[in-house]
Amino acid sequence: MTTLAWKNLFHDKVRLAVTLTGIVFALVLIVIQFGLFLGFLETSANVVEHSGADIWIAAPGIPHVNGGAAMPESRRFKALEVPGVARVDKFLLVFSPWKLPGGSQESVQITGFDPDGRMGGPWNVVQGSMDAVREDDAVIIDDLFREKLGIARVGDTVEISGHRARVAGFTHGIRSFTTAPYVYTSFKNALNYARLTEDQTMFLLVKAKPGIDIGNLKRRLAAAVPGVDVYTNSEMMRKTQGYWVFRTGAGVTTLLGAVLGLLVGLVVVAQTIYAATMDHIREFGTLKAMGARNRYIYRVIIEQALLSALMGYAVAITIGLLIVHGNASGTTEILLPPQMVAGTAALAVAMCVTASVISIRKATDIDPALVFKG
Amino acid sequence: MKPVIRMRKVSKTYGEGAAAVHALADVDLAVCAGDILMLCGPSGSGKTTLLSIMGGILRASRGSVAVCGEDITKLRESELPRVRLANFGFMFQGFNLFPALTAQENVEVALTLRGRSKRRARIDAAGLLEQVDLADKRAAYPADLSGGQKQRVAIARALAGDPPVLLADEPTAALDAGSGQNVMEILRRLAEQRGRAVVIVTHDSRVLQYGTRMVRIADGRIQNAAHPEETEMVEAVAV
Repeated sequence: MTTLAWKNLFHDKVRLAVTLTGIVFALVLIVIQFGLFLGFLETSANVVEHSGADIWIAAPGIPHVNGGAAMPESRRFKALEVPGVARVDKFLLVFSPWKLPGGSQESVQITGFDPDGRMGGPWNVVQGSMDAVREDDAVIIDDLFREKLGIARVGDTVEISGHRARVAGFTHGIRSFTTAPYVYTSFKNALNYARLTEDQTMFLLVKAKPGIDIGNLKRRLAAAVPGVDVYTNSEMMRKTQGYWVFRTGAGVTTLLGAVLGLLVGLVVVAQTIYAATMDHIREFGTLKAMGARNRYIYRVIIEQALLSALMGYAVAITIGLLIVHGNASGTTEILLPPQMVAGTAALAVAMCVTASVISIRKATDIDPALVFKG
Repeated sequence: MKPVIRMRKVSKTYGEGAAAVHALADVDLAVCAGDILMLCGPSGSGKTTLLSIMGGILRASRGSVAVCGEDITKLRESELPRVRLANFGFMFQGFNLFPALTAQENVEVALTLRGRSKRRARIDAAGLLEQVDLADKRAAYPADLSGGQKQRVAIARALAGDPPVLLADEPTAALDAGSGQNVMEILRRLAEQRGRAVVIVTHDSRVLQYGTRMVRIADGRIQNAAHPEETEMVEAVAV
């Protein structure tokens, strides 16, 4: 039976190529669209995800992490008094104008963190060090945005919000889902770029003592610190992702693209597998006339679909990985985590087998005249 | 001789009401071992429908069909594949070989359907191809065979499992005179020497001489037992 399924597939190389092209196209479309969506999700909240904080304290009613508002620094002392708190750092994230050497401007997101606690600081520093931001005017940017920000090397100077800034290091792979790259600096330096006063902050990042229940600590902080909203790190992530995904056109468009990719992929695979099965309809009719039971024919058809799915998947996932690899230096992130690699395999098999099942009825409900007439 | 196939008052109607088409009406027919029964008639007369009902592919609307003593009209749909496997070998006008399989594999498929192990099927298929003088073409694909060779592969495949009845739909229609004659000689040998019943639907006047009996069908009814001017071997057919 495997021989028949296998040979049916490989006998007509052109047909096989057409079938595989359809499956590969559909799977690559799905993988890339969902990879973009996952990349969008990851990028939209990467600052929160990598913050290292357990709890975020923010001004009331902020929509997301990129929409923070100033609040008095004195809240920090209230938070420090709460049992279970190990550390509280000031943090700010604010859009600022970055003046290029030619005179034009780009928007950046100034990310001010405390270099002592390092919560909210950059990760994956590939040139220079995080401690470099302790120096006056020192900033760290991501090397993906060198060209956009007009930076050639460490030591280049620019102007942010009318203040001098000097590039002291580079990270790699910290993308921004907006067009404004993140610029890391110390909280002290950031106050200048953000035009905040020394007694202000936008967020307080809280580190809990080991073994402390984060949910309980959050409730205690909310009760102890007046005039703030308190979020766990995962709540801030969800809040930020939810905002960008569901409340902005960008997120909905990416999500829609992923869903449409899935639907188009389903249709393409269904049509491809259906056509491939119908190409052999006469042979299935002959088998049936000869006395093959329907389940024998089901198995041949499903085996063909499975083989097509696995071959198509192998090619598609290779192409997907190459695209992701090729995009490593791009400013838009495409994620292909292991779960998605495995999920795509399951999806390929499910789509191909389902499509073949649709055609099975045709194959097993054949007019005898079709079998007997030449 | 006890018939291997006995059809009594078999009718077949497609559709219902005003749109109903009566493909067969009250057909009585018996086929015995060793018979070569020629089914003749114009296009649309019901020959293929009769062959399909005889072979358990299509169900009669009325009447009974007994195959080797078993009334197949009383069987459930799911039991008919067993009847076909046990009793029939099929040959088709277009050969209906599997183009992706070699001659040997085409025959093996029919044997594995009957439960033969792969090894047994390989041995038996080689033997069957030898019977039809195609031992040297075992590894050839249908596309590389002539029409006559393809039909001989189809005969070998039809003989898989040693069925008592061979049903052939226009087996020589796509063949030249020589190849057609060759195929008919093989079928005659199978009927005469091995006692197979062979039922052939044909338009081909060149092969009528091979029949031991002939039935003419028109408008779904058997018209006569035989035409003496076409064959000298005719017996009354309608039972």
